[in-house]
Amino acid sequence: MDFSYSDEQRMLKDMVDRLVADQYTFEARESIRTSEAGFSAEVWQQFAELGLLGVPFSEAAGGFDGGGAELMVVSEGFGRGLVLEPYLSTVVLCGSLIDRLADETRRAELAEGIIGGETRYALASHEPDGGYDPHWVRTTARAEGDGFVLDGHKAVVAHGDSADRLIVIARSSGEIDSAEGLSAFIVEADAAGVHRRGYETIDGHRAAEVTLEAVHVDADALLGEVGGAGDALESALERGVVALCAEAAGAMEIACDLTLDYLKERKQFGVPIGSFQALQHRMVDMRMALEKVRSLTFWAACSLESDPAERRQRIAAAKVMVGKAGRLVAEEAIQLFGGMGMMEESAIAHYAKRIVMIDHYLGDRTWHMAALRETLTDTARAA
Amino acid sequence: MDIEYNAEERAFRDEVRAFLRDNLPADVAEKVKQYKRLTPEEMVHWHRVLGEKGWLAMHWPEEYGGPGWSPVQKHIFEEEAAEAGSPRLLPFGINMVAPVIIKFGTQAQKDYYLPRILRTDDWWAQGYSEPGAGSDLASLKTRAERQGDHYIVNGQKTWTTLGQHANMIFCLVRTDPTVKKQEGISFLLIDMNSPGVTVRPLITLDGEREVNEVFFDDVKVPVDNLVGEENKGWTCAKYLLTFERTGIAGVGISKAALAHLKTIARETVVRGTPLIEQPAFAERLAELEVELMAVEMTNLRVVAAAEAGGVPGAESSFLKIMGTEVRQKISDLYREAAGPYALPFIDESEPAVGPEFANVAAPTYFNLRKLSIFGGSNEIQKNIISKAILGL
Repeated sequence: MDFSYSDEQRMLKDMVDRLVADQYTFEARESIRTSEAGFSAEVWQQFAELGLLGVPFSEAAGGFDGGGAELMVVSEGFGRGLVLEPYLSTVVLCGSLIDRLADETRRAELAEGIIGGETRYALASHEPDGGYDPHWVRTTARAEGDGFVLDGHKAVVAHGDSADRLIVIARSSGEIDSAEGLSAFIVEADAAGVHRRGYETIDGHRAAEVTLEAVHVDADALLGEVGGAGDALESALERGVVALCAEAAGAMEIACDLTLDYLKERKQFGVPIGSFQALQHRMVDMRMALEKVRSLTFWAACSLESDPAERRQRIAAAKVMVGKAGRLVAEEAIQLFGGMGMMEESAIAHYAKRIVMIDHYLGDRTWHMAALRETLTDTARAA
Repeated sequence: MDIEYNAEERAFRDEVRAFLRDNLPADVAEKVKQYKRLTPEEMVHWHRVLGEKGWLAMHWPEEYGGPGWSPVQKHIFEEEAAEAGSPRLLPFGINMVAPVIIKFGTQAQKDYYLPRILRTDDWWAQGYSEPGAGSDLASLKTRAERQGDHYIVNGQKTWTTLGQHANMIFCLVRTDPTVKKQEGISFLLIDMNSPGVTVRPLITLDGEREVNEVFFDDVKVPVDNLVGEENKGWTCAKYLLTFERTGIAGVGISKAALAHLKTIARETVVRGTPLIEQPAFAERLAELEVELMAVEMTNLRVVAAAEAGGVPGAESSFLKIMGTEVRQKISDLYREAAGPYALPFIDESEPAVGPEFANVAAPTYFNLRKLSIFGGSNEIQKNIISKAILGL
């Protein structure tokens, strides 16, 4: 048992932390958030120069071959600064699908575009009536000539508004909620028949509703085999969940720090409000919630390569805890800041929004709880 | 970064498992898992088994008879012992009075008491709390006045766990009432068979006699029984608070309790469906599992930090709160699993009604309310964290 970072992991952490501290002051983030694109192309380029966009890619794909620990380190750092760039969409989710599904030549070529910062991707997987179920796919893929024709509607596609390319999950066979029969296609965002309605999300990010109407794609748009994207999708989403949990841990840490500073500075009745026991205990509860998220995120991140049952349990547990403990930290932070916690101009409000809304990406507390419940029932039946 | 045990640690775990398999009496383990009462003989027997193996005093330095384990090894032992259903060790001798004697005692005290503790010759009790001194422990009033070679002790201690079996008690007593309250306290070892000591039972809400009150009426205690300097007893008490508390989360105990609860949830069929397959119940069980995983990994992080040379300080306060909260929640769901059969309140010696587990469910739930109260209430732990970690 050894919980310490390796030298490389420590260097990665220092690099991300420095970058966030330099580039992502609250004022800088506000100007990025309110810009037209909603993220900074310059910051993205910096990620590329520092090698951050290659962290999770395999060496074969020209990457750093980072595992769960590296993913956690980077995402936690981004969480501290509430980083807005589409790292999760492009690198973690789509990067993972490309890495797993594309054949050797294609993989190297596609990965190069991501690692160099030239191409940004968004994952168009979930659908309007499927909630958080990634397998609930009505979007169809029909073979035609040398290629395919795609039709369907994808819901709340994170950073789908600005992505150069989409990876669309479409069904060529199987029941509506089956993992079997799902394929992944790379679709140019400006291809004929692709309609995107972009919008802001309440946590400061961007997303889009994407409709595909008779979108023709070539044969090489297909990643992997027809109907064979299920496992890679699961794996990509698991990485996405770990990244979100780590981001939540980073954001919760800063939310706790800001609140603690405020308790020490803010005076009422002639004394710092942090001298009141009622508030002290609430602050302790926040810190305890943070430690729980850190612990389960760490466990999940170290379990990405574990056997499926263990891996799924730990990842679901971490996301459940983020939903629960994250909400506690966000709500308590706003409460302890009082009126200032309600202000759009306060950094804490933005931390609170991101922390709470992370529950709404890739499965909320209730969704992952159901998975844990099923595990219990399955083991009960097996016993 | 590696969350798995290495080969050496796994080998140690196997050694512990084998020892427990060969030495832990099966009927005792079964009683422990089912929250049933142990006899004093059963408790003492297990202490002696571990003592003979050299595994009883795991936190002691090797020179005094400790096994020389690393923090990870201690963790493994505690977890394995709890999961196997080992009787809980009584902390009063091994983990409370002994560390104080090792740190502050005279050579004669070490030579006399420590081997006796290793052999479980004495049953120790703790004399800290008083009717007027709970969380505000330093306001204690039990008086010890020096008369020649003796102290004369008068006063009352309370919440004395299993004091009805004890023959020795370590007490915080007031030796100087004229100074600031923390500065007039001494740490005194008292033979409970001395004239003037009276033990009276306190019956808790679950009907058990687990705690007592102890009265001291002109009790003569040799000055040789003073540990550390006179009026420096508060230093001893504070030292204990920082002494090795990574086991405080009770993760192994909770894991065993949750495993037992799952078995019950599989076996208890209500309206044709096992509880574990009923969504509302399964939901709560899964919630508990997530909570327990969080405590387990937080505990391991503290263990790993200790292994790397760090000294756990106020982190143990986090662990105490988290660990006791989850244990209480498990007992809460255990009570609910019993349904209407949680109600019958029948002594263990009488035939039970309903499922076997059900009769102890509610008493256990009520008994475990103590967890957030004793050992420094969870509110006191929050005060400690506020001060030591948050700087408030």
